[in-house]
Amino acid sequence: MNNVTPDRMLLLKTFLGLMQRDLRVLSREIGPFLLRVGMQPLLFLFVFTFVMPHMAGGSPMATTGVGFGSILLPGLMAVAIMFSGISAVALPLSTEFGITREIDDRVMCPAPVAVVAIEKIVFSSLQSMLAALAVIPMAMFIPATPVYPDLHRWWLLAIVMILSSLLAGAMGLAIGSIVSPKHIGLVFSIIVVPITFLGCVYYPWAYLDKIRWLQVAVLFNPIVYISEGLRSAVTPQVHSMPVWIVLPALVGFLYFLVRFGLRGFLRRVIS
Amino acid sequence: MRTWPHFQGVRTGVWYTVIVEIEALTKVYEGKQRVKAVDGIDLSVQAGEIFGLLGPNGAGKTTTISIATTRTLPTSGTVRIAGVDVVRHPAEARRLIGVVPQYNTLDRSLTIYENIYYHCRYFGFSHGQARERSDELLTQFLLAERRKAYPSQLSGGLAQRVQIARAIAHRPTVLFLDEPSAGLDPQSRLAMWTAVQQLRKEGITVVLTTHYMEEADSLSDRVAIVDHGRMLALGSPQKLKETFGAQTVIHLALRQMDQVEALAAGLRGQAGIQNVEVVSDGVRVFSTSSEGLLQELVHAAAPHGLRDIAIAEPSLETVFIQLTGRDLRE
Repeated sequence: MNNVTPDRMLLLKTFLGLMQRDLRVLSREIGPFLLRVGMQPLLFLFVFTFVMPHMAGGSPMATTGVGFGSILLPGLMAVAIMFSGISAVALPLSTEFGITREIDDRVMCPAPVAVVAIEKIVFSSLQSMLAALAVIPMAMFIPATPVYPDLHRWWLLAIVMILSSLLAGAMGLAIGSIVSPKHIGLVFSIIVVPITFLGCVYYPWAYLDKIRWLQVAVLFNPIVYISEGLRSAVTPQVHSMPVWIVLPALVGFLYFLVRFGLRGFLRRVIS
Repeated sequence: MRTWPHFQGVRTGVWYTVIVEIEALTKVYEGKQRVKAVDGIDLSVQAGEIFGLLGPNGAGKTTTISIATTRTLPTSGTVRIAGVDVVRHPAEARRLIGVVPQYNTLDRSLTIYENIYYHCRYFGFSHGQARERSDELLTQFLLAERRKAYPSQLSGGLAQRVQIARAIAHRPTVLFLDEPSAGLDPQSRLAMWTAVQQLRKEGITVVLTTHYMEEADSLSDRVAIVDHGRMLALGSPQKLKETFGAQTVIHLALRQMDQVEALAAGLRGQAGIQNVEVVSDGVRVFSTSSEGLLQELVHAAAPHGLRDIAIAEPSLETVFIQLTGRDLRE
């Protein structure tokens, strides 16, 4: 009587249906989406690699021998990835969980509830990857000394990008499911700003050796591994954390955040 | 006696006449205050009927529906939809049910058309099938002109119609409506009733919760009266009225309550009066009919400072009063 088997074909169709819904919504918001992902790296590159070098003694990293642009490129890609993950998952989720309970219809789709959450992560990871790739041409055109990414290790770039983007989506899911809609605005100042500034985005991790305690403390920040992973992929001339540390760390954080985010999501929709 | 249509269970091949089967269902919310929201409900809904769960706010209706629609996990007991256990196979059960929740949960980022279209896609419809089904429903629910509107631009009644259209878009076996007329103006409420009756003609079984006795009375084939998480009575509205409440309830509000017991005792013996209860602000008289009795009641109650009389003709309301000693709004 209870001999029911899940229909894998239907599961796939449901998943694609959810993706198409998100794509439709994103297509309407394409302008705001581009501004959201483009504005920060654009201004950062403009101010720190174009404006500052034109001022006497301007570049803050001028003495390091490596152009600040080279340090900034992977860092800005990391910020773009993380920022997209949070704004593509955490912000919509907080409204959908809020008074409108808009998520209900998707939760009631004929698939395990976790599929709805996983779709959110996957869809946001696509946005994260686009956002990160968009930083590359900006780095080639904006700085006074153009920065060209080294794409010889494209496979490493691909792996780091995929893991990082999924990680960012999972972080968005965890934040969106845990933080109440009322406090979602605070997320940016309490979570996003600190993990970015302390995420080895604007400086390589190796340079932190002068401040040992900070160098150890930031190891708990997943953004560090995103920045360092991208650094070893696109700017190998800058000293970065070894890949054999970065990749397992990304996988570990991804696993933890997916578990944590899914649990929060399920708790939010099933009582 | 009406014969119920049979229904074939999805992927089980078994034919069902009972669509919703609830057995010994309980739900306890642990916390500072332990709340027993559902306290042992058993009921079965037949294919093709409109079934009403009637009770005051907090009776456990919404919790029961939430469990049946896989949104809440029961503490104990089972719910099966066409033979599919909702706890063990929630994803399968969701294919069989449509849900119209108490609140407007339309996707605010999508148009009315897209709300239905993507709902169909979630249920595995192809692009063509989803488009066709959405157009069909928009026409059926007289929403075709508003297809490009966003949910925030709709009135409560229209939004409710879209929610019903969306809930049945994947052709569920049973539709659950939770307080469908809450927050609707009288005109929209009537339109909603018509829509629900239309669904029955399409063979969709409907389970609705309500605390409006008129709604339960005029819509439902059978009604379960629930209070404090328990089911008190079950039957067609007609049968419930015959069994429990074929009585007119006359409420006499008094200014002086000191001699009220004597008044009640005096009234109890009179012809045409079946029972008299003392309530906080006066007495409640149960009688077969109010005719000829009013004058006597006024006369008897006048010395006690009679200040108001309310007469409730036999209805599900009087059934509820008979069963619980309270009225639905209390």
